[in-house]
Amino acid sequence: MTHLPIGSTARLIGAGLRALLVLTLVCGVVYPLAVTGIAQALFEDKADGSEIKDRSGQVVGSSLIGQRYDLPLKKGQETPGPDLKWFQPRPSNGLGTNSVNTEYSLLLSGATNRSGDNEELIRWVRDAKAAVVKDNSTATYEVRPADVPADAVTSSGSGLDPAISPAYAELQVHRVAEQNDLGVEEVEDLVAEHTTGRLLGFLGEPQVNVLELNTALRDLIRDPGGPGR
Amino acid sequence: MSPQIAGVLQLLALIAALALAYRPLGDYMAGVYSSEKHYRPEKWIYRAIGAQPSAEMRWPAYLRGLLAFSAVSVLFLYLLQRLQGALPGSLGFSSIDPDQAFNTAASFVANTNWQSYYGEQAMGHVVQTGGLAVQNFLSAAVGMAVAVALVRGFARSRTGELGNFWADLVRGTVRILLPLSVVGALVLVACGALQNFAGIHEVGQFTGGTQEWNGGAVASQETIKELGTNGGGYFNANSAHPFENPSPLSNLFEIFLILVIPFALTRTFGRMVGSLRQGYAILGTTAVIWLGFTALMMWTEFAHRGPAFEIAGGAMEGKETRFGVAGSSLFAVATTLTSTGAVNSFHSSYTGFGGGITMLGMQLGEIAPGGVGSGLYGILIMAVIAVFLAGLMVGRTPEYLGKKIGTRQIKLAACYLLVTPALVLGFTAVALALPTPGNSMTNSGAHGFSEILYAYTSGANNNGSAFAGLDADTQWFNTTLGIAMLLGRFLPIVFVLALAGSLAEQQPVPETAGTLRTDKPLYAGLLVGTILIVTGLTYFPALALGPLAEGLAS
Repeated sequence: MTHLPIGSTARLIGAGLRALLVLTLVCGVVYPLAVTGIAQALFEDKADGSEIKDRSGQVVGSSLIGQRYDLPLKKGQETPGPDLKWFQPRPSNGLGTNSVNTEYSLLLSGATNRSGDNEELIRWVRDAKAAVVKDNSTATYEVRPADVPADAVTSSGSGLDPAISPAYAELQVHRVAEQNDLGVEEVEDLVAEHTTGRLLGFLGEPQVNVLELNTALRDLIRDPGGPGR
Repeated sequence: MSPQIAGVLQLLALIAALALAYRPLGDYMAGVYSSEKHYRPEKWIYRAIGAQPSAEMRWPAYLRGLLAFSAVSVLFLYLLQRLQGALPGSLGFSSIDPDQAFNTAASFVANTNWQSYYGEQAMGHVVQTGGLAVQNFLSAAVGMAVAVALVRGFARSRTGELGNFWADLVRGTVRILLPLSVVGALVLVACGALQNFAGIHEVGQFTGGTQEWNGGAVASQETIKELGTNGGGYFNANSAHPFENPSPLSNLFEIFLILVIPFALTRTFGRMVGSLRQGYAILGTTAVIWLGFTALMMWTEFAHRGPAFEIAGGAMEGKETRFGVAGSSLFAVATTLTSTGAVNSFHSSYTGFGGGITMLGMQLGEIAPGGVGSGLYGILIMAVIAVFLAGLMVGRTPEYLGKKIGTRQIKLAACYLLVTPALVLGFTAVALALPTPGNSMTNSGAHGFSEILYAYTSGANNNGSAFAGLDADTQWFNTTLGIAMLLGRFLPIVFVLALAGSLAEQQPVPETAGTLRTDKPLYAGLLVGTILIVTGLTYFPALALGPLAEGLAS
């Protein structure tokens, strides 16, 4: 390589810095602002997080973000038990805690990152399966371990999976009907209404959005025969 | 319809979309890098830089410009993170510690996007949008510039001039990456990706109470993260997070964004060296490897071998319902055969063999089709090695694209090849020999070893994905991975540009009956074999200790 005098290196660094600053203006200021402007004009609801409301107009969350439907934490419990009145989402064992900027309690995401031969994961899956079988078996309906689909006993990648498989939703129908004094058929209809197939017939997997389903369920309980049925 | 058939149809739809984009995008990029014209906004940028965009550079000058720009970029990004606590618009987030700030700065400038930080709780608007996302554009444009310089080395004769670094950098950014990103970001928002500056705000919940959301310019960052094969997520869960990748459609679109430029660059290459068939041979090679890896991944993930998956009845741990096994496998292969490293599902919870496929994809050098730019120059190096091997077999001086592959050329190619294995295996060995790095493992046994092997494989090859059980936010991993990422990016670039310079100086040798035809399927087959054997021999012992042991035991 040719010998470089210090002046020329300094000039080069200066050029690099100016290039970085002007391209930061283009890619880091103009671009995101322009995209935000257009996105807010065309798809405001989606750009703001796809919030959904129940029939009373109350915001209940985002259709894209999974929530927990748990009972209040009892004394001596480490994790709250599930509120069996509501359809239950997938486990979310990989979610961390707010550890960096602790003045907030932000919505966090994360996976367990456990391997298939990890003892802890094997135990989680076993326990989850036993719980699904126990919670969902009613006097008239028995769940067998073989009926439990994989998504019911595994944590998702984000820990915020908004959906469950139709198989897991159907498995919960009898329990939800019993807990809410509703007819099994009524709840089955509700699940069918909130089941979406593959997009265009082949994209993704069939799914049931748990928050939308539970919101419709609560609307039904509060006002049987109300609008939307 | 079974999930397997739906998966095959998704693959076919992806191939159709890539095929449609191949010719127009490849030809357009060739035009961008060959054009004599400077648009007015570009002239403003050149004036601000103080560069003369039409002045040709020999390889040392091209390299100096590139290194100066990248060094300034690392320093700037480091300072931005160190000062975050004092900067307005940072949501009140605190400054990043020195070792992690170094790691992240090196990571984003080296097009790696390894993240030892927790996106949603560590980085505010200013660092994410004004720092990290900017490097998503610029590191990709640097990669493309190097690839184009090497292509010019093959295409030009008796000159030694490789083009102008500043012009290539600016054009790649404003003529290719920016327009595609604007369109891509709007598609993602239409699918449901977040795009606002709402900051931290409260949203009502079903069971009462509220949740604190961290809003931001997510879709705009997500698009360039895939398009520039960067991979650094706005959120911790990366493209598994519903706000980054909301639906099955956005999922397939993101996989398309990852692959579209790397595949189309083979057309650009063919155009610029004056033989489209040479480009097709490279395309065929990369496509065969990509399809083979995808088929293997789908097979092992649907077969779900491994104790926990067998009890569960499917390999859904770390995967999202809306993508399923097929949509996750497609993404995992695309992200590790390019230098992307974005994930829509967590590779650590793949089957033993599935994790091995993601690792091997990176270890091939990310050339099928590889990162934006880096994939093309990577596979052209392998093409040089392949003609050299063929030449050895028949006792002829090897040639590629009319250029003699002599001692200097093969030395440079060999040096290129040795950099990443030396970094990966060296650092993995040292990390395992020392007492403390092993404490970062989440899993034990073969998988624990894989976590560390994966980390250095990902870092040195500038991928950025992880077996994320590894707690990488330690001084040891922040520092050594930062070094591995910088050396794994810039040392190969030195050898590529030196090779390009030596090729551009040559006089072309006329094609004769004895010349190896490098535009034929036979040669593409030789190239596939060379890639698999060279990598296989290098990494087989390490893979046997990790993913192969895990896969065979289950």
